[in-house]
Amino acid sequence: MSFLSATGMSGGYGTGPDIIHECDLEVEAGKVAVVVGPNGAGKSTAMKGVFGMIRLREGRVMLDGRDITALSPPERVSAGMAFVPQTGNVFVSMSVQENLEMGAFVREDDITGTMRQVFNLFPVLKDKRKQIAGELSGGQRQQVAIGRALMTEPRLLMLDEPTAGVAPIVMRDLFERIRDITATGVAVLMVEQNARQALEIADRGFVLVQGRNRFTDEGRALLANPEVRRSFLGG
Amino acid sequence: MDILNAVVLFGNFVIIPATTYGAQLALGALGITLVFSILRFANFAHGELMSFGAMLTLFLTWYFQDAGIHAGPLPTVLLALPAGILGAIAMALVTERTVYRFYRSQKANSITLAIVSVGVMFVMAGLIRFMIGPDEHVMSDGARFLFKASEFRQATGLREGLAIKTSQVITVGVAVLMVAALFWFLHKTRTGKAMRALSDNPDLALLSGINPDRIVAVTWALTAVLAAVGGALYGLDKTYKPFVFMQLLLPIFASAIVGGIGQPVGAILGGFVIAYSEVILTYAYKKFLTYLVPESWAPEGLVQLLSTDYKFAVSFIILVVVLLIRPTGIIRGKVL
Repeated sequence: MSFLSATGMSGGYGTGPDIIHECDLEVEAGKVAVVVGPNGAGKSTAMKGVFGMIRLREGRVMLDGRDITALSPPERVSAGMAFVPQTGNVFVSMSVQENLEMGAFVREDDITGTMRQVFNLFPVLKDKRKQIAGELSGGQRQQVAIGRALMTEPRLLMLDEPTAGVAPIVMRDLFERIRDITATGVAVLMVEQNARQALEIADRGFVLVQGRNRFTDEGRALLANPEVRRSFLGG
Repeated sequence: MDILNAVVLFGNFVIIPATTYGAQLALGALGITLVFSILRFANFAHGELMSFGAMLTLFLTWYFQDAGIHAGPLPTVLLALPAGILGAIAMALVTERTVYRFYRSQKANSITLAIVSVGVMFVMAGLIRFMIGPDEHVMSDGARFLFKASEFRQATGLREGLAIKTSQVITVGVAVLMVAALFWFLHKTRTGKAMRALSDNPDLALLSGINPDRIVAVTWALTAVLAAVGGALYGLDKTYKPFVFMQLLLPIFASAIVGGIGQPVGAILGGFVIAYSEVILTYAYKKFLTYLVPESWAPEGLVQLLSTDYKFAVSFIILVVVLLIRPTGIIRGKVL
């Protein structure tokens, strides 16, 4: 079984109708899985299902062989998951360093080592660690957001559209950093609007349509698939 | 022309009282701002919480005075204040557990919570009236003055005197210590940073594993400390009168809003803006001007812009003007 394996997820918000239907997502340790699909396909909802932010009517979420379906989001953080939301993912009134400290809030041990790793991954943050996160550029802000999530030393990092609203060159750099993160054995599951670029670095890609799995394959295989290209990648 | 006497006169009747009053308003406004930035509602019960802390302090002060325990030249109130603070914390935590927690669990909106706090205000006011009655009580004892106007006149040879009351020095000194401690707490401690994080972005704070119930309890405790100290200092400087605290709500809220609600620095600035405006606009400038202009120009009237009876109108007008012209207050931006 995969490191993360979410199977047969169905659910929606509150008492509303289901947004996702029997949706499956999985990712191996040290690999990148990307969820793509048109607007309103339920990509973010599927992520929230995996992280326990919506109540799943059906389905199971297993992390490293352990059933975590019943855990609350904070409990999942303790279990080794970390989530970077698409918006509001940094504390804008706090310094970069304070953002990282808050990421490690649940940890009682020494966090200086982890912080050094984050600064190695994103060197620009080290120079700006006293700066208020709200004053950073979009790309740097995403780095703070990812850095904050990494502070608990998660084994699964979940990113909801990490490149939304950043310049193309920054996007490429962020994708490289994400590959660097997986090199340390962390599994990465992300939703991406920039489907083509994301699938290029993905070990596994999931194409969701109307809340259901439509295609699942290796990232490059999906890129090569003519039907996927025609429907979702604009030819 | 006698500039020196004019300056001393102005210092004695405007700057010193306004600074003291500003420090008291700042402490009150900080409490309003803390609750607003974490719990997202205007806490109308804050004035009564100040009153409650001051009342407990007064009870213990009476006990100490009867038992012959005193602090030398310093007022006995300072010895009793820690107990008043603890009592106010207990009161705040009890209301949190019995009232506010329920409404938070219902995800009540800010308006509902504000109305709930009005209810808490009336209950607390009733409790206070029940415990101490409606009468006025003097809280200060010990040495009344740091130096008297007559001593100042003798020392300087000026016609005008400058008097500084012990209570004024204590008010400003304690307020500075409290504000410094609060800022240290918010910026240097883990819990303080978690408070700012929760205020900044509640969802992300939850994702980071910050327990909101604990932070809310800490917020109430801090608010109660500020309230008890602010209330006791106000009572020490003037007198303790239970009715006063409901009237104080207006200048306190005005201070918090003028400074930018949710901004601790703004609350302090706002407190001084309101206090100085009140005192400057209600001071009679006749004597002051008489010193500055040639004798023949000396004004005949009081040259008082506003009767002291209207002093609360000053904060009201400033509040309205700020809301019209700069609704964010002096300091803009995210809270805490």
